[in-house]
Amino acid sequence: MVTSETSTTEHHPALVHHFDDMEQQKEASTFGMWVFLLTEIMMFGGLFAAYLIYRLKFYPAFVAGSTSISVSWGFANTLVLLGSSFTMAMAVWAAQNRSRKQQVMWLIFTMILGAAFLGVKAKEYYDKYEECHIPGSFIGKPFNATGGPGCEKGNIAEEMQERARKTNEEIEREGKAKGWDEKKIADKKVAVPSDAYAVQTAKRTEIFFSFYFAMTGLHAFHMVIGLGLLSWLTLRASRGEFDGQYFTPMELGGLYWHFVDIVWIFLFPLLYLISRHSGAH
Amino acid sequence: MSTAVTTIVKPEMPKKHFLNDNYGIRSWLLTKDHKRIAILYLVSITFFFMVGGMYASLIRLQLLTPNGELFQADTYNKLFTMHGVNMIFFFLIPSVPATLGNFVIPLMVGAKDLAFPKINLMSWYIYMAGAFFAMAALLLGGIDTGWTFYTPLSTGFVHTPVIVMGVGILFAGFSSIFTGLNFIVTVHRMRAPGLSWGRLPLFVWANYAASLIMILGTPVIAITLILLCLERGFHIGIFDPKLGGDPVLFQHMFWFYSHPAVYIMILPGMGVISEIVTCFSRKRVFGYSFIALSSIAIAVFGFVVWAHHMFVAGISMYSALVFSLLSFAVAIPSAVKVFNWTATMYKGSVSLETPMLYALAFIGLFTIGGLTGLFLAALGLDIHIHDTYFVVAHFHYVMVGGMVTAYMGGLHFWWPKITGRMYPEAWAKLSALIVFIGFNLTFFPQFILGYLGMPRRYAVYPPEFQVLNVLSSAGASILAVGFILPGIYFLWSLKYGEVAGDNPWKATGLEWETTSPPPTHNFHETPVVTTEPYHYGEKEGVPVGH
Amino acid sequence: MAEHTQEQAHPTPRLYLVIISILILLTIATWRIAFVDLGIFNPVVALTIAVIKAVLVILYFMHVRYSSQLTKVTVGAGFFWLLILITLSLLDYISRNW
Repeated sequence: MVTSETSTTEHHPALVHHFDDMEQQKEASTFGMWVFLLTEIMMFGGLFAAYLIYRLKFYPAFVAGSTSISVSWGFANTLVLLGSSFTMAMAVWAAQNRSRKQQVMWLIFTMILGAAFLGVKAKEYYDKYEECHIPGSFIGKPFNATGGPGCEKGNIAEEMQERARKTNEEIEREGKAKGWDEKKIADKKVAVPSDAYAVQTAKRTEIFFSFYFAMTGLHAFHMVIGLGLLSWLTLRASRGEFDGQYFTPMELGGLYWHFVDIVWIFLFPLLYLISRHSGAH
Repeated sequence: MSTAVTTIVKPEMPKKHFLNDNYGIRSWLLTKDHKRIAILYLVSITFFFMVGGMYASLIRLQLLTPNGELFQADTYNKLFTMHGVNMIFFFLIPSVPATLGNFVIPLMVGAKDLAFPKINLMSWYIYMAGAFFAMAALLLGGIDTGWTFYTPLSTGFVHTPVIVMGVGILFAGFSSIFTGLNFIVTVHRMRAPGLSWGRLPLFVWANYAASLIMILGTPVIAITLILLCLERGFHIGIFDPKLGGDPVLFQHMFWFYSHPAVYIMILPGMGVISEIVTCFSRKRVFGYSFIALSSIAIAVFGFVVWAHHMFVAGISMYSALVFSLLSFAVAIPSAVKVFNWTATMYKGSVSLETPMLYALAFIGLFTIGGLTGLFLAALGLDIHIHDTYFVVAHFHYVMVGGMVTAYMGGLHFWWPKITGRMYPEAWAKLSALIVFIGFNLTFFPQFILGYLGMPRRYAVYPPEFQVLNVLSSAGASILAVGFILPGIYFLWSLKYGEVAGDNPWKATGLEWETTSPPPTHNFHETPVVTTEPYHYGEKEGVPVGH
Repeated sequence: MAEHTQEQAHPTPRLYLVIISILILLTIATWRIAFVDLGIFNPVVALTIAVIKAVLVILYFMHVRYSSQLTKVTVGAGFFWLLILITLSLLDYISRNW
């Protein structure tokens, strides 16, 4: 460990002049990154708070909206992003303990997984575009969840009624197979939403989709920045800048990347898994 | 630097210091020196003070007559909005932290610079980007939604450059986040040997607490503004009642930041007052730990009172009760400070140099402003005085009578350290007096106007209110003179002011142990702290450690 | 500046593998449980699992387990402040119809 201020001992090339030694620099930088992540928690947090309030207010619409996005893709993306957190952690470990080749390899794996995530999100966004589920009216297809012209695929009102009918059919079948009496079957059946109610709920899903796009959009934006950071780290790693003495940029990049992963860990259940047990795919 | 006792040696400017170390515009625009960055901020925020002041003058001109003969109501809406936005986001919030804080904090903790000098410079550039958008909004006619941007007015009904201004404020917010981040890491990790938390100057404690608010609160207004801009641009429906959105949600999110923001503004000012009062009473500050911890208490409590701005907006009675109670509680730590400052002066050797004049003004005016806040926190009373001039008077007492006064005091106190020169004391005292008289004449009548029922943000008013309004406008013109004079004599002092020397005030604190102006690297040798702070009166009035 | 004890000073690849496996299992669990009707407990279970996953990432991938007290307090403060925002806002909405 380098002793304090006087510059008789040689400095690590990465030591900046206003710090006494590498230890102080590392601690300050790491703490700084954590403070920054704190601000990110509050920023995403604001969105999450607003989301929670509207979910309480318009629960059926949120269920309907959530059902119309693909849980399989969401699930896959969650695994992809978790995997990228693993490869990132390995990259940071490699920065301390292994050759530059390994560091670059783990970083590239992380970037590949990150890019895959964004690719899937792009596909999901495109699907929503086709179904006219993009809120507002700025992108060609104005929001329409009730099956207007060109928007037949995204008719949430119809889907709601269809789902209820299917659930009831299954209950009929189950009831007949298990020999339930008429009353029991009738009790278990769900109400098929009326046309008016289905249309009103479908219209309300615009708020759900506003949050869907705002939250996943902000998240994706952070991922793009993350990919940029990773590219820069890959460049530095390939130049052999990191070793057991100095790997702080990798550590900080890792912290940022893991944070973005954590946001998604919450986004997945909140957006994709609202009341899935009521029968959708 | 010891001086002989018998002959008085006139202080000389140090040969090399941070101002003459490097010349040229690049050395300023690409500097990483916190002291130069502080000066960059000083210039920028002074500009915005003038912009905000210009709008204030127009408001007071309009309100000279009850029938609004000067401006149409639509234009008047732009005047008070632009006054508020420019003053709050581009002047008040950066004022003490980005200028005095940036300059003095590394010196006070014995460091060579802040933890992240490049981020410090970046924060100024981000601020300037915000300033660019703010000026663009101004040139495009200005916005008229009130600085509070309430929806759905701001998202669906006005045709003014709301998004442009929103982006400007977003950038200014990020600038403040990075300043706060820098301060927090610096205070935690870069204190000189021997400088424990219990020995930190109270100015550092105050800015640290303000920085906590900056990093925890500003991101929420960032996301709120982003949503506002998305809503306004793309009509996505989050705050639009027609689509099921809730305008009150906007208010919750907006005030979650904007209330703590007022503590971002006042806490650094309180830190300045702590430094000045103890120095000019030649007495150790009374109740150091109470003042230090009260800063933290204000920062924490400040986050749980925001809905007191929304008592009549339609929130539930029960949450209003909770917020009202908490708002009363948040006054307590501020009161603790006022008591402690007063106790510091008691039996002290008080001298009335300009910084002290401002500090005394602060204590009185902030007390009035703070107490009137309690009137507003009382639910029943708020129903009567909400959105009246009572509120306007309240916040101007705390913001101008409090914050700006503290800022002026701090500028005068540290001017010799920053520039190496003294300002002209007589002119400074005169300006302080003019500010005090002008300020009270402007804003005291407004308490009465508010209580009598004059609403805020109105371009016209019933004729029976004219006398008080004329008094207020007269006061404003006097106040303006009080602010213009320092502009002149500070600039004058740069060339002709008396050379100050290292410690013209004989104050304690590490910043006074280096030259005026300090060298680029702040200290020739890392200082080691062995004494408690504010060790006044220990060796015949000369600070220990010389 | 605290010295880290040697044994738990740095996480190993093996530990990372264990953690990622747990995370994957928890994700699969979240997904499958979502299709089972637990009534009011569906969101509770889903969010609880999410919190556990987040805690694992924070402690092990982000090294908070091995970090200073200051870091731990910082992380805690972030979530605490978020709670303030959520709870006090919700307080208004929930009590509007009381």
